[in-house]
Amino acid sequence: MLRVDVSKKLGEFALEAAFTSEGRVTGLFGASGAGKTSLVGMIAGLLRPDRGVIALDDEVLDDTEKGVHVPPHRRRIGYVFQDARLFPHMNVAQNLDYGRRMNGLDADAAQHKRVTDLLDIGHLLDRRPGKLSGGERQRVALGRALLSKPRLLLLDEPLGSLDEGRKVEILPYLVRLRDEANVPMVYVSHDAAEMRQLATQIVMLRGGRVTALGGAKVLAG
Amino acid sequence: MSEITPAEWTAILLSLRVAVIATLVATPFGIALAWLLARHDFWGKSVLDAFVHLPLVLPPVVTGYLLLLLLGRRGLIGAWLADHLGIVFAFRWTGAALACGVMSFPLLVRPIRLSIEAIDRSLEQAASTLGAAPWKVSATVTLPLALPGILAGMVLGFAKAIGEFGATITFVSNIAGETQVISSAIYSLIQTPDGDAAAMRLVIISIVIATAALIASEWFARRATQRLHGN
Repeated sequence: MLRVDVSKKLGEFALEAAFTSEGRVTGLFGASGAGKTSLVGMIAGLLRPDRGVIALDDEVLDDTEKGVHVPPHRRRIGYVFQDARLFPHMNVAQNLDYGRRMNGLDADAAQHKRVTDLLDIGHLLDRRPGKLSGGERQRVALGRALLSKPRLLLLDEPLGSLDEGRKVEILPYLVRLRDEANVPMVYVSHDAAEMRQLATQIVMLRGGRVTALGGAKVLAG
Repeated sequence: MSEITPAEWTAILLSLRVAVIATLVATPFGIALAWLLARHDFWGKSVLDAFVHLPLVLPPVVTGYLLLLLLGRRGLIGAWLADHLGIVFAFRWTGAALACGVMSFPLLVRPIRLSIEAIDRSLEQAASTLGAAPWKVSATVTLPLALPGILAGMVLGFAKAIGEFGATITFVSNIAGETQVISSAIYSLIQTPDGDAAAMRLVIISIVIATAALIASEWFARRATQRLHGN
């Protein structure tokens, strides 16, 4: 369960959002500039709220009143960025292995195989990120986040930098991820069609405020 | 042109030793300073930045003289070092290395700083979300990506150190076998009758070393660009 109740001022923009989510995929839906990325950045711990609480299951990650702020590297929250952000000096295999190494986890060949099969990236392991297509890069980024064994996966417009053809190519992987990976996700997008396909619960953001909360039907309104 | 004499070899090898030691010792300080200047804003930053670049614009004889005042046998710091730790720089090859290190420092720091500034910080954020503590982010992402810049800085610093003359001769003089490096050997030779041929040999060697260093530096800079583009 993810519980968020935060406010933050970013220049002229004021974000003030509260929601609780139990769904397998929480969709953060809103136009660009609605505050989606800032909100996800706060859940990841990359941004600190000015006021409020963020809790995952029964662990409090941020509580400004009690001065709690768990730094990002101790949250075990995976983050897939719109621009993939693969490490350019490592090949795909090293990128995939990074989270496991940093968390001091034992090698898990079975999970490694499951993830590379699920995302169809087994044939890319020797390549450098510069030699991958946009879609391949995004799949590797997904795999890298999954293999760090996160408790929650944040997907910030993972299709945002891809053209229509590529989106259609990646979307089935995301559906498989939702159904097979067994990690709760927060999926950020401004695309209602993606939301309908993936999200089990939707948080609608507008101008830094939550304007609607619920199932796919809130997209209609 | 005849063979290189043992005396010339001594100067060449001493130059190489002085420049290598100066570069290796200066590099960790160079990285730390480059990091500080690239990543942090603090009061007095522009003053520190100017101070680091001073050896580039001051007459080298001034830098050498200041070193002598500070670190000479009776210098402010030099006297204390000699009395308490037995470390003496004046008129020793270690002093030559120190002078070269100081003179080449701005050239060492600059490429490192530029390469750290060029690193996409969002990669560091990605690393932290994957569980890397800040020092691990530095070790696995920032430093490896800055490595070509670090190597380029080291090559440039080395080239400067091996060509240093003014500060070195002022601080540690021109003692054959102890502080006489290639440049001070050339200086002595062109003031000696019949020294022209020997001077010319050393001049050619200087040109070869400097050119090789510049080519190496270019190559590292190109590698840096490729690395940052993920090829």
